[in-house]
Amino acid sequence: MTHDPVLDRARPVRRRSPMEEKLGWFGPIYYWMSKNLFSSFWNSVVSLICIFILYKIVPFIVDWALLSSMWFAETGEDCREATGACWAVIPVKYRVMFFGVYPYEEHWRPVLAIGLYALAVAITCTHRFWRLKLLLVVWAVTLAIFLMLMWGGIFGLEFVPTTQWGGLPLTFLIFSSSMFLGMPIAIALALGRQSKMPVIRILSVFTIELTRTIPLPMILFFAAIILPLFLPQGMEIDQLLRVALGIAFYFGCFQAEVLRGGFQAVPKGQYEAADAIGLPYWKKTFKIILPQVFRITIPSVMNGVIAGFKDTTMVIIVGLFDLLTATQAVVSDPEWRRYFTEAYLFVALVYFLFTFAMSKYSQYLERLFSFGRR
Amino acid sequence: MTDNVSNNLAIELRNVGKWYGQFHALKDINLNVKQGERMVLCGPSGSGKSTMIRCVNRLEEYQEGEIIVDGVLLDDSVKNIAAIRSEVGMVFQQFNLFPHLRVIDNLTLGPIDVRQMPRKEAEDLAMHYLERVKIAEQAMKYPSQLSGGQQQRVAIARALCMGPKIMLFDEPTSALDPEMIKEVLDVMVSLAEEGMTMVCVTHEMAFARNVADTVVFMEDGVIIEAAPPAEFFDSPKSERTRSFLSQILTH
Repeated sequence: MTHDPVLDRARPVRRRSPMEEKLGWFGPIYYWMSKNLFSSFWNSVVSLICIFILYKIVPFIVDWALLSSMWFAETGEDCREATGACWAVIPVKYRVMFFGVYPYEEHWRPVLAIGLYALAVAITCTHRFWRLKLLLVVWAVTLAIFLMLMWGGIFGLEFVPTTQWGGLPLTFLIFSSSMFLGMPIAIALALGRQSKMPVIRILSVFTIELTRTIPLPMILFFAAIILPLFLPQGMEIDQLLRVALGIAFYFGCFQAEVLRGGFQAVPKGQYEAADAIGLPYWKKTFKIILPQVFRITIPSVMNGVIAGFKDTTMVIIVGLFDLLTATQAVVSDPEWRRYFTEAYLFVALVYFLFTFAMSKYSQYLERLFSFGRR
Repeated sequence: MTDNVSNNLAIELRNVGKWYGQFHALKDINLNVKQGERMVLCGPSGSGKSTMIRCVNRLEEYQEGEIIVDGVLLDDSVKNIAAIRSEVGMVFQQFNLFPHLRVIDNLTLGPIDVRQMPRKEAEDLAMHYLERVKIAEQAMKYPSQLSGGQQQRVAIARALCMGPKIMLFDEPTSALDPEMIKEVLDVMVSLAEEGMTMVCVTHEMAFARNVADTVVFMEDGVIIEAAPPAEFFDSPKSERTRSFLSQILTH
């Protein structure tokens, strides 16, 4: 929270009531409760109901998750002694969850690849580095090293085909490629939909409307199974790439409509002012209109990005081994089968951390794009 | 104030007609603006005065006749439109500054991206014009941090940075609080004194009387009367001009 010197000075010092004074250390708590929990009759009723529900649930959760749980065990058998959670499934199996069927001795490679990837994401998210050429170089280098590490086959690294990639690196790779391909598709379709040239406009509308009516699983099936049948003989596109392209296209069509709303919300005067200066179409679009479109659409675009992150789990249906699928494989192991709750809770925590970071970043972007507005 | 008005035409409208669908917005408009001439357009709202100047830099298309700006015919040719827009500056009622760019970047955008001027040079130019409109100290702020009058002066400076031969003003003071109107009019007066060709749509009749070479009255898409200010205000020929003037001058 930022502090405004003027406002801080103006903020009145609250005078404590006699009741609060009498209660001593409990005074502030009493004040908070009477203000927030019991300020009116119905507020008190709702508060009491909530307190009752928490009273019933919290002890059970604490007991299951903490008091009666087991954190370390060699095998699933050892966990039987615990009446609560068996968190041991995580230290024992986390490598399979994070890296899937990638060869066990080679796990340092995806670790390194993810580290590198995180660095590239950090650079991309930092306002200071927002220069298109710089970011293109960063991502070209990152992707090249990422793929080299994962694939191997050179510098004495063992070759690992994409069919054996799995877990977190796969989730990241599908997510980032669908975002990086999807956003340009979205911008192109949104611009196309508003184009004065009928052919481009009709094609864009057709593409968007058609894609939006198809469920994502069907697009993935198409990309994974049907598309290869149409490719000319001898031409082969990696399944991973096909799937990423499919998600990117799906994502792009939805985002195109979000952006279109943004385009319509930019005042007409902005287009006219750019025209009056004599800016050519592309400069007008990229320097004047799009920055304002992004400012307007940040909440909905980030909404789509977060949904897109979770949509990557759909690749399960075409047999790719992402974070969730890898976890599913872990809990299908008979030894650990009864502890699926713990494994899924852990993986939910991982997804939460990423999506929470994204929504925090979205708020940062909104502040950044407020352009001196207060 | 007619000394620096030459006989060369800056803007020529010949039999111009414009429709919005079924609505006939401009009817057979004939109008010449000489180089260095200061012209004020007035008339009731919906009379087509804004539409007319917006046709001059092709923010609106026209369907009949022809418009020639600085010797270039304004038609569908992208090249001609670009040539005309780079010679014609425009100031809008709602300022239309770019909210995501600082004041200085609002000004340098045109010189850098249209005129291919080096950034340093463009910034010097921008500061020069910001000093002209007496607002240089606001260069690093965003438009939303400025008052309406300041924003409009920035908008004038932005148009001037392109080095236009002609300036169009579309009701530049109509969206301003009364105490801010003067600071904008002062800038416009000093521009006029320097011999800029100006076409202003405005209801500021004092400005028209003191600064304009010609005052044009429009109604229903037709030019009713065009005359020097002394003649226009003191002995208007048309009955409609007279009733319009009596309405706006009595208040």
